[in-house]
Amino acid sequence: MTPEALLELGVREVAEGVRSRTLRAREVLEAYVAQLEIEEPDVHSFLALDVDGARARADELDRRVSRGEDPGPLCGVPVAVKDNIVTRGFATTAGSRILEGWRPPYDATVVERLLGAGAVLVGKTNLDEFAMGSSTEHSAFGPTRNPHDLDRVPGGSSGGSAAAVAARFVAAALGSDTGGSIRQPAALCGVVGVKPTYGSVSRYGLIAFASSLDQIGPLAATVEDAAVLLEVVSGHDPRDATSATRPALAVCATLDDGVRGLRVGVVRDLVAMATPEVASAVDEAARELERRGAHVREVAVPEVRAALAAYYVIAPAEASSNLARFDGVRYGLRVGAPTTEALMVATRSQGFGEEVKRRIMLGTYALSAGYRSALYVQAQRVRTWLGRGFARAWAEADVLLAPTSPSSAFRLGERSHDPVAMYRSDVCTVPSNLVGEPAVSVPWGFDRERLPIGVQVLAPAWQEARMLAVAAALEQGAPR
Amino acid sequence: MSWPWRERGYELVVGLEVHAELRTRTKLFCGCANAFGAAPNTNVCPVCLGLPGSLPVLNARAVEIAIDVGAALGARVQSSQFHRKNYFYPDVPKNYQISQYDVPICAGGAVVLESGRTIRIERAHLEEDTGKLVHVGGGGRIDSAASTFIDYNRAGVPLLEIVSAPDLRDPDEVRAYVSELRAVLVAVGATDGRMEEGSLRVDANVSVRPYGSSELRTRVELKNLNSLRSLHRAIVAEAMRHVALYEAGEAPVQQTRHWDEERGSTAALRDKEEAEDYRYFPEPDLAPLAIDPAALEAARARVQPLLPSTRRARLGDAAVSTDVRDTAISDVLWPYTRAALDAGLPPTLIARRVANEVAQLVGTVGSCEPERVVAVLRLEAEGALVPQQVRELLREVWLRPAPVESLIAAVGGDRSAAQETAAAIAERLVEEYPTEWQRFVDGDTKVAGFLVGQLVRRAAGSVPGQLARATLDALRASELSSREDGPPRGGDG
Repeated sequence: MTPEALLELGVREVAEGVRSRTLRAREVLEAYVAQLEIEEPDVHSFLALDVDGARARADELDRRVSRGEDPGPLCGVPVAVKDNIVTRGFATTAGSRILEGWRPPYDATVVERLLGAGAVLVGKTNLDEFAMGSSTEHSAFGPTRNPHDLDRVPGGSSGGSAAAVAARFVAAALGSDTGGSIRQPAALCGVVGVKPTYGSVSRYGLIAFASSLDQIGPLAATVEDAAVLLEVVSGHDPRDATSATRPALAVCATLDDGVRGLRVGVVRDLVAMATPEVASAVDEAARELERRGAHVREVAVPEVRAALAAYYVIAPAEASSNLARFDGVRYGLRVGAPTTEALMVATRSQGFGEEVKRRIMLGTYALSAGYRSALYVQAQRVRTWLGRGFARAWAEADVLLAPTSPSSAFRLGERSHDPVAMYRSDVCTVPSNLVGEPAVSVPWGFDRERLPIGVQVLAPAWQEARMLAVAAALEQGAPR
Repeated sequence: MSWPWRERGYELVVGLEVHAELRTRTKLFCGCANAFGAAPNTNVCPVCLGLPGSLPVLNARAVEIAIDVGAALGARVQSSQFHRKNYFYPDVPKNYQISQYDVPICAGGAVVLESGRTIRIERAHLEEDTGKLVHVGGGGRIDSAASTFIDYNRAGVPLLEIVSAPDLRDPDEVRAYVSELRAVLVAVGATDGRMEEGSLRVDANVSVRPYGSSELRTRVELKNLNSLRSLHRAIVAEAMRHVALYEAGEAPVQQTRHWDEERGSTAALRDKEEAEDYRYFPEPDLAPLAIDPAALEAARARVQPLLPSTRRARLGDAAVSTDVRDTAISDVLWPYTRAALDAGLPPTLIARRVANEVAQLVGTVGSCEPERVVAVLRLEAEGALVPQQVRELLREVWLRPAPVESLIAAVGGDRSAAQETAAAIAERLVEEYPTEWQRFVDGDTKVAGFLVGQLVRRAAGSVPGQLARATLDALRASELSSREDGPPRGGDG
């Protein structure tokens, strides 16, 4: 098989090929590595690559298969993991200077599960520092560029993972989504990105940004590829107390179930926030579902208009506490100073970037005596109220349709000096994080500048199977 | 007792925060061993080191213990929530401590002192312990030491913080409260209660007020109270510092002060007082903690018989000192005391023997089945053994596995041998003291004591008093019956 043909294979096809010895893991890997060696210098989707390690791993998998073993459903599939997910003995920085040089002594649960299923880990992908951003420009190690247009951002914060999948450096990748960090870059890079139900995928080993919102999920070229990864990484983990005591999600078997009879609600309040091109893409997608037998109607969820404000209180508040541990005392960067307090101040001042400091200050303020009830407590009330809004919507619709990002990929530097404009990139995605429900971004054609557009399918908690069946239908009907 | 502040018209007001390290196998949020004395940083993992990406998982046993303590203190055991208490300090691996804030697991409750005074408990909540800083060289404080080492073995050890109301009124009462609370905690198996190892730590909130007033004045929190003695001394010193300030027309500042054992005084922890803002918020990594009502009921039933007050009550009106009573109900000795009480033996005898002989044996040579101790005490209660024999026999049953009956001979307590000795001596007494004997036979009880005393003395400790009396009684009975068998003395014909 030619390298080009190998890059066209889906995750399931690769794994089945390697397991049945019609393909070799090493040969698949080399096709991806060849692609990576040509384009990665321009795209900069990785913070750390371990091609030699990946080759050794692929060879080992081939040997295991030839001995009659079955390494699992991701056997020989080259994958990448966002660099805020810890990997044993493999540098993990979360895109921050403050963690430079740190080698975690343990693997995240999702990494254990990927490796346990036979995946080949190629490297760790770039991100906005501590996943705080929507363009990957806030990485301390330089931005990632959008493979569709190198002058444009790939979105963020999982921009490295989205770009690596879009450029076929790997077959699939993991990202993390706190306010849209999987779905928004997936939309901007023209790939599929799934933010599963809160509690469905273990957060053990995910460097926390906002613990009540963070969720790991897959980015992949197709809905099916994403579904295969989701089945592997989901399911209860006793090391994460917020992980639901449920088995792994079962989503692959029902991908072709279609949408006939499904009630699809178009969230007008979110469509209204998008550019005309993105808004019409959502309308086209809705018509496609209707054509395939779904009942489409508009659904009002006016509460979503308050979601962004609540999100930018709750997420920084939790972040201000989660990031307190980076103080130069135990690991990572240490900037020496005469006293312990001065050491902590110097380390944090030099180790954190501007956006991270901004959010730590916002969050510290929101939790401070005298402001806590007006900000943090009030934002939590909005969160509860938003949940009621969605509960009402679920009485009328089985899934909801919305834009993923209000616009297609913007230019590098375009929003980096206007934090609020950058925060608005998340307006369509944060509601699902606040209510803990799943959402997927699926590509829907391109705009006039040939930049990808993504549409978002939202579903009630634990309805990933239904959500991904709708996404698969959209994928089939999407303009090329 | 007169206290110096009292003479100057002031009353002491104290509330205590007691931190008890819970006796769990593992730490509060990870699987590391909860053990004292290991080499530094050996009982650590990503979770208790607060490494990036790690997450806490609550130890179910720590929750059970907290429920038991709540049941023992008569607290309201409620569904609760963990919060993050945010502050930067190098012994706090995450720079926040997972603790409980506005909804603690236990609310209310009380400790009743032996004096009868009730000290109210405000709350008891679960939290994780910090690591330990070891300062080397320099001033022994973090910013003056040449270097500071951090041992995170203690980080994440489960603590139950028990906060009393400001109900304590003098230093002796403070000591009584700590002793009683400690006894309760030890009795339900919550902690080993060793102040010297830091498994029980006490902070005191101290203030004074004009005697007779009911106001609560500015309080000072005292730390570094490593023994009951420090606690007592520190409170006295701090109270007098407050009195001196008020008398000079000044007032204490609300602050935390460190007790200096050598100098016998307290000092402010920081030069500049900043109001700490811990920015508490619900710990998003842990779900709210629900309490199963059935588990709570079971805990109530389980702890009730373990409580010092319950045990004291079981000893009833034993005529012994408070010390003897408290020793007899202490955790290691309670199995012996309880078994003897269950066997229906007299409480006074039980308390004395357990608090003295058994306590000594427990402290030196391992353990012994309570039933064996009960068997010995029963012999004493029946009067079969003299005190010296009881002491020796207790030691024998402790050291030798043989059945108790077979050990009796070894202490000269063989009943038939003693009976023979007693009978032989009694025969001689009848010959030597015919007058006294005749009076005894005729029913003069006053002379009985003399004869029993003679018999016991001549037997040199091998015949207990009760056996002596029984032997004499038996001899008298046989003499009386032989008289009746003889020729009638008339009068009833």
